[in-house]
Amino acid sequence: MRFIFKTKYSQDINIAKHNGDRFWYSLLILIMVVLPLVLDDFYLGEISYICILSIAGIGLMILSGYTGLASLGHAAFLGVGAYTHAFLLTNGIPFYASIPVVIIVSFLVGAAIGIPILRLTGMYLAIATLALGFIAEHVFIKWEHFTGGNRGLPVPQPEFLGMSFYDSVFFYYVCLVFLIAAMFAAINILRSPTGRAFVAIRDSEIAAQSLGVNLGLYKALSFAISGAFTGLAGALLAHYIGYLAPDIFNIFLSLTLLLLIVVGGMGSLHGTVFGAIFVGFLPQLIAICRDYLPSSIGSQPGLEPMLFGLILVFFILYEPLGIYGRWMKIKLFFELFPTYKRQTFKKQKVFTKSDRV
Amino acid sequence: MSLFEVKNITVAFGGVKALNDVSFGIDKGEIFTIIGPNGAGKSTLFNVISRIYEPSKGEIYFENQNISKTKPHNISKLGIARTFQNLELFENATVLQNLLLGRHIYKKTNILSEVFFTPSARKQEHEYRLKVEEVIDFLDLQHYRDTLINGLPYGVRKNVELARALCTDPKLLLLDEPSSGLTNEETIDLGFWIKDIQSLLGITIIMIEHDMSFVNKVSDRILALNYGKILASGLPEEIKNNEDVKQAYMGE
Ligand SMILES: Nc1ncnc2c1ncn2[C@@H]1O[C@H](COP(=O)(O)OP(=O)(O)OP(=O)(O)O)[C@@H](O)[C@H]1O
Ligand SMILES: [Mg+2]
Repeated sequence: MRFIFKTKYSQDINIAKHNGDRFWYSLLILIMVVLPLVLDDFYLGEISYICILSIAGIGLMILSGYTGLASLGHAAFLGVGAYTHAFLLTNGIPFYASIPVVIIVSFLVGAAIGIPILRLTGMYLAIATLALGFIAEHVFIKWEHFTGGNRGLPVPQPEFLGMSFYDSVFFYYVCLVFLIAAMFAAINILRSPTGRAFVAIRDSEIAAQSLGVNLGLYKALSFAISGAFTGLAGALLAHYIGYLAPDIFNIFLSLTLLLLIVVGGMGSLHGTVFGAIFVGFLPQLIAICRDYLPSSIGSQPGLEPMLFGLILVFFILYEPLGIYGRWMKIKLFFELFPTYKRQTFKKQKVFTKSDRV
Repeated sequence: MSLFEVKNITVAFGGVKALNDVSFGIDKGEIFTIIGPNGAGKSTLFNVISRIYEPSKGEIYFENQNISKTKPHNISKLGIARTFQNLELFENATVLQNLLLGRHIYKKTNILSEVFFTPSARKQEHEYRLKVEEVIDFLDLQHYRDTLINGLPYGVRKNVELARALCTDPKLLLLDEPSSGLTNEETIDLGFWIKDIQSLLGITIIMIEHDMSFVNKVSDRILALNYGKILASGLPEEIKNNEDVKQAYMGE
């Protein structure tokens, strides 16, 4: 068992709470940096994709996991980011200038959508965001000047820092750097008043309001920030797929993001990475499973969405804290060995609450 | 002039008048207790002050300013803090995070300085923490800083909610049944704390309470409500001997 002896308030404010943390995270980053030495292009591509998914996951996690607002149409933001980026690159804007524009545009789109939509709550919000996803897909088809419509839009792969995006090692590093930067940005937001206000809204709107949190403003801000992260992921995704078509940003991609945060663990940034690894490798896993299933089942076209749905339900019912929650339990088991009690994570007695305040 | 004044407040839910033409004033530094049987409209009064419910008639004045049209999230900026009858804590956050939210109204950073966690953002966190630690010491919460709310016993939760309200540095504190659900010992502690909040911190308190022995011990003045109407108001002894009040409680 580790006891952290705190002598300064900054120890609570800092990101790494103790030297152990600092050591393990540095080691992890170091391993990630030397990975291209041992992995071939295929796996580097996969990991780049997982990095992109993680960034998008951070976006949705801030909205759903931390502010408690559901979104079933988040692929729309991936689309906004991807198309904006591809459009800017096509028009000769360099990569380093395009990315900030993408972030700002997605932020503003998020705010513009967030302000009206966030008057809704619960089920109605879920339906509205679902509709938003469909509307976005439709806009990508119709707004041909900007998106190329159904013909699609090739994504230019310009030089950046003298390197090409076709080089999978270079692309891997770009994704990695953006993921690390996104992580830091998210952690910073969450350890600041704004992030705390999000959590407050999630846990009790009425108390948040009575403590001076402007609900409308912060919900819209959460939507905007979420959009900005997801839009950034969209820009990287554009490079990854190389050719944009409207149907990429469909409901299935939105559900993949939802699966990512639920499986990873609601309300945890670690969870976004765990979840991204999971959904990143899931198609391969399903492909492998197909081979072992009887062909009457294995060759069914709807297998993937069905499995996604099953996994989602399974996690919500049996592992509501996601992979991150499971990891915390295992960690605690070893820290406390042999005195671990199962009750530690049992749901505590819930005090009766009524709707009245 | 009173610090706080309620003038002719009426609140109706459908046909039911939860509050019917209620008026009273409170002086600075008082502990003012509202009593009354279940459903009398006590919590409704607090919710009107917090601007959660819209009164159909009447006005509220705080420091001679009409706050009847103030936005709900601006009430705490004026210096009015509250607790809730059914505890409205941020369950999946630590005690420290709950208390830090009490400082939200003093936020100076914007989203950009927070994303980069600039030195000013860091400094602000330190300042918040200093105030929060004062309150932690005041209410003996030292053991619970990093505990999640949903792992805390009920009495401590109530204490955390009081602490969170104090972190806003209020001038007026609204406590909705602060002693309900507490053990005897906890209630005794609470009595001392409420007295200290009044005398050491100079905060005016409006409290809703059912426990009459507790009420008589800490209150300066009492207001009795029944069916949304004022039955009586005055010093504790006066209320104790008031026939209408006795009637209302007997008739329950
Ligand atoms: N949101 C609401 N919608 C409809 N009726 C309400 C609402 N809130 C309160 N009421 C009604 O207003 C009346 C007063 O309720 P209030 O919560 O103020 O009572 P109270 O004095 O706080 O009682 P208690 O001691 O049980 O807390 C009750 O009849 C209640 O049913
Ligand atoms: Mg009440």
